[in-house]
Amino acid sequence: MRIMGPDEVVFGVDDVEASRTFLVDFGLEEQRQADGSLRFAALDGTAIRIHHREAEGLPAPLPTANSLRQTVWGVEDQAALDAIAEELSQDREVRALTGGGIGCRDDVGFEIAFQVTVRRPLDLPPERINSPGAAPGRGANQVGADEKAPALPRTLSHVVYFTPDMARMQRFYIDRLGFVVTDHFTNTGPFLRPQANDDHHVLFLLQTPDYMQGLEHIAFHMQGPSELMLAGTRMINKGYESFWGPGKHKFGSNWFWYFNSPMGVHVEYDADMDKHDERWTAREAPSNAETSQLFLFQSTPKWAPMGGPPPGKEN
Amino acid sequence: MALRWQRLARLDEIPVGESKGFDPHGEGRDSLFVVRTGEATVVAYRNACPHVSGARMAWKKDRFMSGDGRHIACFGHGALFRPEDGLCVSGPCQGQHLTAVEVAIRGEELYLRLDDVCHEGAMQREFCNG
Repeated sequence: MRIMGPDEVVFGVDDVEASRTFLVDFGLEEQRQADGSLRFAALDGTAIRIHHREAEGLPAPLPTANSLRQTVWGVEDQAALDAIAEELSQDREVRALTGGGIGCRDDVGFEIAFQVTVRRPLDLPPERINSPGAAPGRGANQVGADEKAPALPRTLSHVVYFTPDMARMQRFYIDRLGFVVTDHFTNTGPFLRPQANDDHHVLFLLQTPDYMQGLEHIAFHMQGPSELMLAGTRMINKGYESFWGPGKHKFGSNWFWYFNSPMGVHVEYDADMDKHDERWTAREAPSNAETSQLFLFQSTPKWAPMGGPPPGKEN
Repeated sequence: MALRWQRLARLDEIPVGESKGFDPHGEGRDSLFVVRTGEATVVAYRNACPHVSGARMAWKKDRFMSGDGRHIACFGHGALFRPEDGLCVSGPCQGQHLTAVEVAIRGEELYLRLDDVCHEGAMQREFCNG
């Protein structure tokens, strides 16, 4: 199954205006839609879509209060979409959606949809660094620190679900949709990548009780660690609440910085994630503070060792 | 030992139905928040979700209330709490409570009772023993 990754994640929220404020400040581009919903897009066109939770035509809510309504997976082409439709039609109703996509529920009750991907190929510079022994990333007089740099999310990276039934969930995504396990946290769940994406994970699953079912977080890839730090610092300066980070994960190697959001889920900046192919052997580790991060920092107000003159010695 | 109280804010800095975070011990983060539940009533809790140890709850400075204003919310995982007693009624910590902090209204001012926070750790120890 040639799935590339999440194209769009749809929420039904109780405070549309707060969500709008947060997502615009996060760096996503607001696009008002004909149906009254708001789309907040990364540079490649992948997006978060926000509806009011009582909006008509919205996919049904989960049995919990989680605001996730639907995950739309982008696939490589029409043939890939047809293959998924054929596979899933065997044991469930697969609806045709306006715009050419298809929709259904997965085996644990999450609303999912598939479409020929909206992802626009990006042609953007990487973070350029100067490293002794290597060719300079920036030439003479090219300054690296730019407080005004845009720092915009490039693409929707991954989604993480709280699932009440890990066995069924894994079987569906692995056996039916062809996701591959890249690494596994013993007491929580697997990191999964689809066949048409070499990122370490576009999906991670966490086993939880029934009453927690939903989306834990959604993440966007940034240019690199400096841009992640810049974007996160801007969020802090605007008064947003950091949940975890900045830091660097072990599995996936990606930098991370998670923020609380008005949608009641975390939204993450990530950067510099590992890539894998079929030669990779999945690792296994218990999930804890030691295994989940290489290091962790916390933002503090700016400070510098700039002592004034000693008392009584003022200029 | 005499009770000690620390002034937090003027009451009218918190509109009825809204919330405000405070950092009374200079920890660099809001360690507690106050909800003004009525003209002359407030409740206050530690800014710590019972679900994840140490997790802060707002989505932005001072934004601790759900969109409809009926509940205190943790915007990490969407848990909802009753303002009057801090009971989690929906979400990952259902049935658990926020930790209440004692505050009092004196005239137009809002005060925090200090003895209630003096067991919370080294950050406050010096302050509490003073």
